[in-house]
Amino acid sequence: MYDIIGYYDAETVDEATAFLAENPNLKLIAGGTDVLIKMHGGQLEAAELLSLRKIKSLSIIRKAQDGTIVIGAMVTFSQVFNDPILREMIPILTEAAISMGGPQIRNIATIGGNVCNGATSADSASSLFALNAQLKIEHVKGERIVPIREFYLGPGKVALKPGEILTEILISPDDYQGFGGQYIKFAMREAMDIATLAVSVVCKLSGKTFADVRIGLGVAGPTPLRCLEAEEFAKGKDVSLETVAKIGELAVNSAKARTSWRASKEYREHLVEELVQRALKIAVVNAGGGELV
Amino acid sequence: MGVINFALSVVLLCDIELKLRLGRSDFMAYKVVGKSVRKVDAIAKVTGKAKYTDDFSERDMLVGKILHSPYAHAIIKSIDVSLARALPGVEAVLTYKDLPRINYSTTLPGVIEDVIEKELAEELELKRIKFGTAGHPYSLDPGHRDVEDRHILTKKARFIGDNIAAVVATDELIAEKALKLIKVEYEVLEALTSTDAALREGAPLIHEGRERNILASGGFAIGDVEEAFKESDLVIEGEYETSIVQHCHMENQTSYAYQDTDGRIVIVTSTQIPQIVRRVVAQALGLPWGKVRVIKPFVGGGFGNKQDVCIEPLNAAMTLAVGGRPVKIELTREESMIDTRTRHAFKFKIKTGINHNGKIIGIHISAVSNTGAYASHGHSIAGSAGGKFRYLYPTKALKYDPITVYTNLPVAGAMRGYGCPQIFYAFESHLEDIAKRLNMDPIEIRQKNLVEVGFVDPVSKNKITSCGIRECIAKGKALIKWDEKKVLYKEQSGDKLRGVGMACFSYASGTYPVALELAAARIVLNQDGSLQLQIGATDTGQGSDTVFGQMVAEVLGLPMDMVHVISTQDTDISPFDTGCYASRQTYVSGMAVEKAALEVKAKILTFASSMTDIPVDKLDLLEQKIVYKHSGESVLTLEQVAMQSYYDRVLAKPITSDISNNARINAVPFGVTFAEVEVDIKTGKIVVLEIYNVHDSGTIINPQMAEGQVHGGVSMGIGYALSEQLLFDAVTGKPLNNNLLDYKLPTIMDTPNIGAAFVETYEPTGPFGVKSLGEPPVISPAPAIRNAVLDATGVAFNRLPMNPQRVFEGFKKAGLI
Repeated sequence: MYDIIGYYDAETVDEATAFLAENPNLKLIAGGTDVLIKMHGGQLEAAELLSLRKIKSLSIIRKAQDGTIVIGAMVTFSQVFNDPILREMIPILTEAAISMGGPQIRNIATIGGNVCNGATSADSASSLFALNAQLKIEHVKGERIVPIREFYLGPGKVALKPGEILTEILISPDDYQGFGGQYIKFAMREAMDIATLAVSVVCKLSGKTFADVRIGLGVAGPTPLRCLEAEEFAKGKDVSLETVAKIGELAVNSAKARTSWRASKEYREHLVEELVQRALKIAVVNAGGGELV
Repeated sequence: MGVINFALSVVLLCDIELKLRLGRSDFMAYKVVGKSVRKVDAIAKVTGKAKYTDDFSERDMLVGKILHSPYAHAIIKSIDVSLARALPGVEAVLTYKDLPRINYSTTLPGVIEDVIEKELAEELELKRIKFGTAGHPYSLDPGHRDVEDRHILTKKARFIGDNIAAVVATDELIAEKALKLIKVEYEVLEALTSTDAALREGAPLIHEGRERNILASGGFAIGDVEEAFKESDLVIEGEYETSIVQHCHMENQTSYAYQDTDGRIVIVTSTQIPQIVRRVVAQALGLPWGKVRVIKPFVGGGFGNKQDVCIEPLNAAMTLAVGGRPVKIELTREESMIDTRTRHAFKFKIKTGINHNGKIIGIHISAVSNTGAYASHGHSIAGSAGGKFRYLYPTKALKYDPITVYTNLPVAGAMRGYGCPQIFYAFESHLEDIAKRLNMDPIEIRQKNLVEVGFVDPVSKNKITSCGIRECIAKGKALIKWDEKKVLYKEQSGDKLRGVGMACFSYASGTYPVALELAAARIVLNQDGSLQLQIGATDTGQGSDTVFGQMVAEVLGLPMDMVHVISTQDTDISPFDTGCYASRQTYVSGMAVEKAALEVKAKILTFASSMTDIPVDKLDLLEQKIVYKHSGESVLTLEQVAMQSYYDRVLAKPITSDISNNARINAVPFGVTFAEVEVDIKTGKIVVLEIYNVHDSGTIINPQMAEGQVHGGVSMGIGYALSEQLLFDAVTGKPLNNNLLDYKLPTIMDTPNIGAAFVETYEPTGPFGVKSLGEPPVISPAPAIRNAVLDATGVAFNRLPMNPQRVFEGFKKAGLI
C-alpha cells in the first residue's frame, strides 16, 4: 500500500510545467521504479504525484537534422535497447539499458527517471557521461540545456530546480560520430543487480594514435564521473598496451572510491584500473583499430 | 522398461546386475512410480488458480503490523501507545503488557482459560509466557523439548527487528502511521554481533542464566581420538567458516487469523508444519490446544524457514485483541529477511589423523554455531550436522564438540540441509587440503574412506541398508570428464584459469531416532472408483502431493486422474503428521500412504469377494478392474464394487482407510557434486561452467520432479558458495542487505545448466525403495566449487561466500595479483 494523497496526469509538457508551477509539492513520477520504492521504504510519505506518462512527445527517440540524437525523457529502457538508431550509433547506451533490472522493470523504467533519481549507480549514467550528453530542462518560464556532468550534484541530488522537468537527452554528433565504445557493468550478478562498477569508454583513433578518449564511471564516487586526467593523457598517444595500461592507472586518480560493506576502496580502485583497460581495448577495436595483445 | 532409471540429461545405469549389486531385490514392474507424471497442481499453479494465503479474503479484514526494535540489544524502559491508540482506524495496539502471563510449561494442556490481561503488574512480569518456536514434534520428555526463550512481544530487544509492539488497523497505511506514534524509551546495551563477542568473559547476557551466552553444547565421541592421532602417520588441521544466509522463499510469511463462531482461533498460514503451529500458538497464548485450528493452503516455498512458528502467535493475539475479527499479517521482504529465521553460521576447527595411504584414522571437529537472538531450533542444527556427517566416512575415532551461541543477530533456525551444508563444506574442503598434502587424487582419498552397506552408526544405531556413493562418484566423474580436464588444466596461464572439484555428502531420511516420525494418510473411495487421498504431510512446492498420488495409483492400479490429492492441510480435518522437514515425507509419510493404499486394496478385494464368492486370495486389482490373479480375467469393475459399497441395501459400507505410521527407522541417502569453474584472476569473479549432482536417493518416484529438486538445491548451493550472505554492522548489529537487491541471491543468469543424475539403489526400509532427496542437493555444491577454485588457482578459500571481494583479497595475499 502506498501513501499517495494526490495523483495528476499531464498530457503535454506545458500542462506539466503549469501543474508544477501551481503546486510546488508535486513529485514527478515517470516509470515509478524509484519513486514507488522510496514510498515503500518510507522515505516519501503523503505523496502528491504528477505523472508524465501521458505526455506522448517525451517517449520518442529521433535523430535531428544536424545528427543530434534526441531521447525523450519518458523513453523506457526497453525502448532504448530496441531502438535501431541507438543500437547503431551509441551501442554503449543500449548495452547499459539491457543490463538494467529485469524485463518488467525495463519495460516501465525511463531514462529520464534514471537520470533524475541522481544515483551514481544509474545504469544509463556512465554511458551518458562518456557521450557528453546534454539535458534539456523545461520550466513554465522557458528551457535550458545542462551538460550531464553539471547535473549530478551528489547522491540523490540533481540540478533540477523547483518547477523544472527534464524533457530530453541530447547527444551531439561530434560526441559519437567516428567513435568506438564499450560498456562494462561489473556486478555481483549477471542480471537484476546494481553495479559494483560501471565503465563506459568511447575513443576515436587517428591512425595509430588516440585522437580522443572519454571514460565515464558509475559507482566510482558519490556521482557518476569522468576520468579527465586519463583522457587528457590519452590524446595523441600511441594505441598500445602500454598507453592503455597507463590510462587505466590514471583513471584511478579520478575515482573517488570508498570502502563500504559492498566493496573495499582497494578493490574498487583495482577494478577501475582493470576494467577501464578491458573496455578501452574493445573500444579501440570498435573504433576501427586492431586488437591489442 | 520396468523399473525406471531416468534422467533428462544423461542415460543412466539401469542394468539388472547393477541393481542387484546395489541391494535391489524386488523387481516388480511399476506402472506409475518411476514415471514423470505431471505434478498434480501444475495446471492450478500456472493458471493462477492455486490459492495461497494472501489469495483468501475475509470480509472487513484488518491489517496487523509489527513494531521492530531499532536496537540489537536493549531494554524497554517505557512504552507509550496512547497516541497510536487514538489514531482513527486503529483497532488495537499490543505490547508485552497485553499478552498472557501463564508459563505453559508448568501446566497441562486444557486447563488454562484464554485471557488477554491489560496492565500487567510488574511483579508478574516473570510469569509471562515463554515459548519455543521450532517445528519439532512435541516431546513427552521435558528434557527433550525445545528451549522456551521467547515472548510474543518482548520487553527486552535481542536483535534489530525484535517484536516490540503491534498494531491492528483498518488498513496498512494507518497501521504504519500508528507504529510511528508508539513512543518507546530504550536502555541500550552492548550489541554482541559475533560469537567471539558473545563468548567473551564479562559480555552481557542475552538471556538470563545462559552463561557466556552459550545456548547449549555437547556432541559425541566415538573411540579415542587422541589415541587415533598417535597411530596416524600425519595429523592435519584446518579452519573453515560459513556465512549467515537466508531462505528467500518466494512467498513471504503471511497469515490471517480470526475466531470462529465457537470462539476457537482459526489461522490460515503459509507453513510447513500446521500441526506444530497449532500447538505453539496454543502454548504461546496459554490456550488448550483444541482451541486453535490451523489451515495450510498452497505454499510458495519454505526451505525450512516455515518449519518454525514466526508470525502466527502474534496473529492469534491480534485477533483476540479485536474480539475475534479477522486480522492479516503479511511480512515484507525486508522483514522476512531479518525477522523470521536464517541459516546458522558456523566456525569449524578440524583435526584429522590420516595414514600415507589415505586412510583416515581419527577426526576431531570443533564447531561454534551462531543461533542469533533466540534458540529456535537451537542446538539441533549443530547436532544434526555431526549426526549426518557420521555416515559418510566411518573412522575408528570421531569426536565432535559443537557449541551453539546466542548473539544479537536475527534468529537462525532450520534451513535446507540443517547443518549439513556447513559441516560438509568444512570437511570436504579439509579433505581436499589433505589430499593435496598427500599428493593424492581427491577421488581416491574419498574412495578409501567411504562407508559400505552394513555399517551401523554407533550413536544412532541407524544402519546403512543401501549405498550407491561409489557409483555416484563414477558417474559424476564421467559426466564432467574429470580425467580429461585434470590433464587439460594442469598447465594454464593468463587471467582466466579453470579447474575441477568434487565433494560428497551423506544425509538422512527423517529424524529417527532423535525425534518422533509419525505420519498418516486417509483414503476415501468414491462411487466412480476414484478416490480422495488426504495426508498430513505438507506440499510446500516440492511435489510431495504428486509423489503420494503416484504411490496410491501404483498400489491400486489407478490412473493419476482417479487419485484426487487434497493439498490443503487443516488441523481439524487432516490426519496427524508433523509436517514438511528433514526430507522425511516421501520416505516417512510415504510409508503411511502405502499402508493406507494397501488397506484400501484389501478392503476392495474383500468387498469384491463378498459380491462374487471368489476367495480374496484369488483376486487382484488391476487397471480399475477386479481380476483373477492367476489369469488376469476380469471379474468386476472397480466402479461396480465402489457403487455396491455405497448402496448395497445389506452390505453397504464405503471403503476408506485412515491410518498412522510410526517410522522407527531411517535411511541414508548419498551423493556427490562435480563442478568446473573459471576464475577471473583480475576481478576475482568465479563462474561455474559445469556442475553435476549425482544422487543415491533410492528409487526415484518421479524423475522430472526429482531433477527439479536437484536444480533448486544446486542453485541454492551455488549462491551459498559464491555470493550469498546477510551482512550486519559489526557495532550496532544493523542489517545491511535485507532485501533482494543487496542480498545476492543468484538469478537464472548466474546459474549454469545443472546436470542432475541418479544412481537408483533400492532402499529396503523405504516405501517402493525410496530414500530422501529434498534437502540433499544443496549440501555438496559449495565445497565442490571451492575445491575446483583450489584446483584452478592453488588458493584455498576457507570461508564462504567466495565473492569477488574476498577472492580478490585471497589472490592478493597469495601474490596472484
